[in-house]
Amino acid sequence: MKDKQFWLVTGGLALAFLIFWIAGHPYFNADRVVMFIAIVAIGATLLYNIRMAKRGEKFYLRPIPGLKAIEEAVGRSTEMGKPVLYVPGIMDMDQVETVAGVIILGHVAKMTARYETSLNVPVSRSIVMKAARETCHESYMLEGRPDLFHDDMVHYLTDDQFAYAAGVNGIMVREKPAACLYMGKFYAESLILAETGNSIGAIQIAGTASQAQIPFFVTACDYTLIGEEFFAASAYLSQKPELIGGVRGQDMVKLGVISVILLATVLRVLYETWGIGFDVIKLLTVQ
Amino acid sequence: MSSTAILGAWIAVFLTFGIFSYLYKDNPFYKMAEHLFVGVSAGYWASIFFWTQIQPGLFGRLWPASEFSADSFWYKIYNGFSFFLPTVFPEGGIDKGHDMHLIYLIPFALGMMMLLSLIPKISWFARWGIAYTVGMAAGLRAYGFLNSNVIGQIKGTAANFADPNLPFWSLTSPSIFNSIVILVGTITGLLYFYFSKEHKGMLGKISKVGIYFLMISFGASFGFAVMGRISLLIGRFVDLIKYSGSQFHHATIWILVIMLIILGYDAYRNRGKNTPVSEDAVQ
Repeated sequence: MKDKQFWLVTGGLALAFLIFWIAGHPYFNADRVVMFIAIVAIGATLLYNIRMAKRGEKFYLRPIPGLKAIEEAVGRSTEMGKPVLYVPGIMDMDQVETVAGVIILGHVAKMTARYETSLNVPVSRSIVMKAARETCHESYMLEGRPDLFHDDMVHYLTDDQFAYAAGVNGIMVREKPAACLYMGKFYAESLILAETGNSIGAIQIAGTASQAQIPFFVTACDYTLIGEEFFAASAYLSQKPELIGGVRGQDMVKLGVISVILLATVLRVLYETWGIGFDVIKLLTVQ
Repeated sequence: MSSTAILGAWIAVFLTFGIFSYLYKDNPFYKMAEHLFVGVSAGYWASIFFWTQIQPGLFGRLWPASEFSADSFWYKIYNGFSFFLPTVFPEGGIDKGHDMHLIYLIPFALGMMMLLSLIPKISWFARWGIAYTVGMAAGLRAYGFLNSNVIGQIKGTAANFADPNLPFWSLTSPSIFNSIVILVGTITGLLYFYFSKEHKGMLGKISKVGIYFLMISFGASFGFAVMGRISLLIGRFVDLIKYSGSQFHHATIWILVIMLIILGYDAYRNRGKNTPVSEDAVQ
């Protein structure tokens, strides 16, 4: 009971829902009750942990080598006098990986502004270009180096997947960046990009949740942020309490999911063997 | 064989070899193919988006031909557009089978806001469009992800281990062994992504099992994808072999020989020299 306000609001909402339920719960789709419970439980867990972090609770986050390497990669580029290439994937801002990629770009842009290193961000979507420009601009302003920012550091190539890959490859072989960062949603172009980055001797760090592309990055890059590690990256890099609280909340959700898996397995065996309890599979089937 | 088909084959062969020449090193053939590819595709997609989405999907719902009335104020605006751009706004409204939906004025306004980024003083309007895209996508996908990635995974993992009809051992069909693998893989995989505790002791051992599961699945995925790529390469070679025939005037052979001679001569001239790095890169 460390957060009285949180529990007050939670209690109030629970009471309101109880009244709504007793009143006959009109418009409530009982076939989707499992989704309702999941959304409420996950939302409450995340909110609670974010509030705790904001109130000064210290949460431990284990180190992720790939994230430490980002600053090293920018530092290496600075020492070699070569640019940093940042590829935010090939999809639009409606993909969560692209959003995560643009957020991490903000942190990378802060580092390049701090070290006065050239940053090159080729993009394949117009909205991503605008968002990435805004992000970089803000980072350079926050670091007190608006003079180093120019619009062309984020530039559009094309919407076409392989034409984009060919364009980025061209940039790599001609500019020879010392660090190549691939953070976003990728498809078949991932290996083409990572192989070219490898051939020019750049330090390469990738981050994606695209399951089919992770193997290519693992084989061709120095570090790879796999799935959740990629989404947690902005919390690690910014050390903002609300983001760290979010990561902690997601960890709690994972523990909850493991518990539900074990419980559902036991319930299913009991129900289907001896008819004890209820059909958990039917409950988990969202209509 | 028409001359257009023959010309198309020669261009296809040239561009294919131009891209393949990158395996040797960056060279003018690759640069030509790359710039052509990037430029043509950018223009192509802009055109495709406009004629398959904006014109029929947006304008077609704001000014549909089915509700055209020359006297209404709304269609007088349309006629104004039609005067300047009759191809985009044909006379009598846009006939794409839609009814009028004025709610589409919202995406129209958001699109216009994106265009306002061209004017520096009011470029901040573009953020509204970005905010809408990100917010809408987050809300829309949350439900789907929760259903398929969380609830669906729990449902798929909770197998009935006491089913008498389920064999203990089978790799290719449902079995108790496979159910155990899925259960252990899911739990250990989830624990690998647990960040709030250092991976030492028991948690370290469990998460190590999780990373083994992940690596095995990545390996399988890698092999599967490589097989797909090989089939793409075979498809390209089939075309090159086809274009080497006499009906295409031996396009493949001629272009390959000419490219090899030019690249060989270039390599001979520049022997002992390193490829210079663009001056832009060293700043």
